[in-house]
Amino acid sequence: MNSPSRFVLREQEFNAFLAVLRKFRATALAKAVFLVDKDGALIASTGETAGFDVTALASLAAGNIAATGGLANLIGEKEFSILFHEGERDNMHISVVGDRLILVVVFDRQSSIGLVRLRVRRASEELSRILASAEQKTGEEVLIEELTEEDIESLFC
Amino acid sequence: MSFINYSSKEINCKIVYYGPGLCGKTNNLHYIYKRMNYDARGKMVSLATETERTLFFDFLPLSLGEVRGFKTRFHLYTVPGQVFYDASRRLILRGVDGVVFCADSQLARMDANIESLENLRLNLEEQGYNMGKVPMVIQYNKRDLPDIASVVEMHALLNTRNVPEFEACARTGMGVFETLKAIIKLVLNDLRKGAR
Repeated sequence: MNSPSRFVLREQEFNAFLAVLRKFRATALAKAVFLVDKDGALIASTGETAGFDVTALASLAAGNIAATGGLANLIGEKEFSILFHEGERDNMHISVVGDRLILVVVFDRQSSIGLVRLRVRRASEELSRILASAEQKTGEEVLIEELTEEDIESLFC
Repeated sequence: MSFINYSSKEINCKIVYYGPGLCGKTNNLHYIYKRMNYDARGKMVSLATETERTLFFDFLPLSLGEVRGFKTRFHLYTVPGQVFYDASRRLILRGVDGVVFCADSQLARMDANIESLENLRLNLEEQGYNMGKVPMVIQYNKRDLPDIASVVEMHALLNTRNVPEFEACARTGMGVFETLKAIIKLVLNDLRKGAR
């Protein structure tokens, strides 16, 4: 493999991530919650997500973390692990989880930045544990071994 | 870094269009966006200046159908080509699965092509990649303009690795999908090899 690392997510970890997100959303009174990988792919989401372009949201959140990480390096910090964007109606709280994932929380006046930050801390610990378990299992990639030249060609028919 | 989701049955890969300023990276994505079926492409996001120069990146998600029951999704990114945006370029290369090096065929831009290719090598190394191994194709863009270098000359200058190369005119679409198809094949092949 040429790339530094590949991320493989299985059913078990996906369900575990989703359970944490759902519990978090309920306790933090958030409108929507997204779990994104640092390269910009959406992993899981819950809540009022129907109105969002979730693919673009994931990519921009990752770009946002990457850009502020670059700023952090300039002043000798490893990264800024929490970002908060305040809007007129909705707010966005973005945080790094386990050095690999990004938790994006959209919330309005029903919640508060204090409550979200408090709940994010707890959820991050749980998500990090699940991530560690997912990373341990990477390597059992049955599907990819079976991928043939014909499979790839079939995409362009 | 490809992302394989067994739960939603998806393979996600990241492809970056790299090259000197004004070489046509964004035009490639615009053309793909215009020509892909509505259900196969997502919304294109451009973080650009008021004069439409790429400031951070352009992003276009594509869904190309299924292999072995897995949906294949490709996230296409461009980098800002202007020299002083190097920090942003480095960030966008993070997690890349394949690179399209978009070269400007105009003779006056040969130095810029060489400089950008060297910059790509350095930035890939900084992200932990070996440029000799990353799936890559080269596109010789702007073949419709006068005062351009021959493909033989450009090959000698830029394609020492002998990767697949394509003549193109991104404004009209010539060569755009040939380039895209080639990099997607290389990325998927690399995914297959990587599992062994």
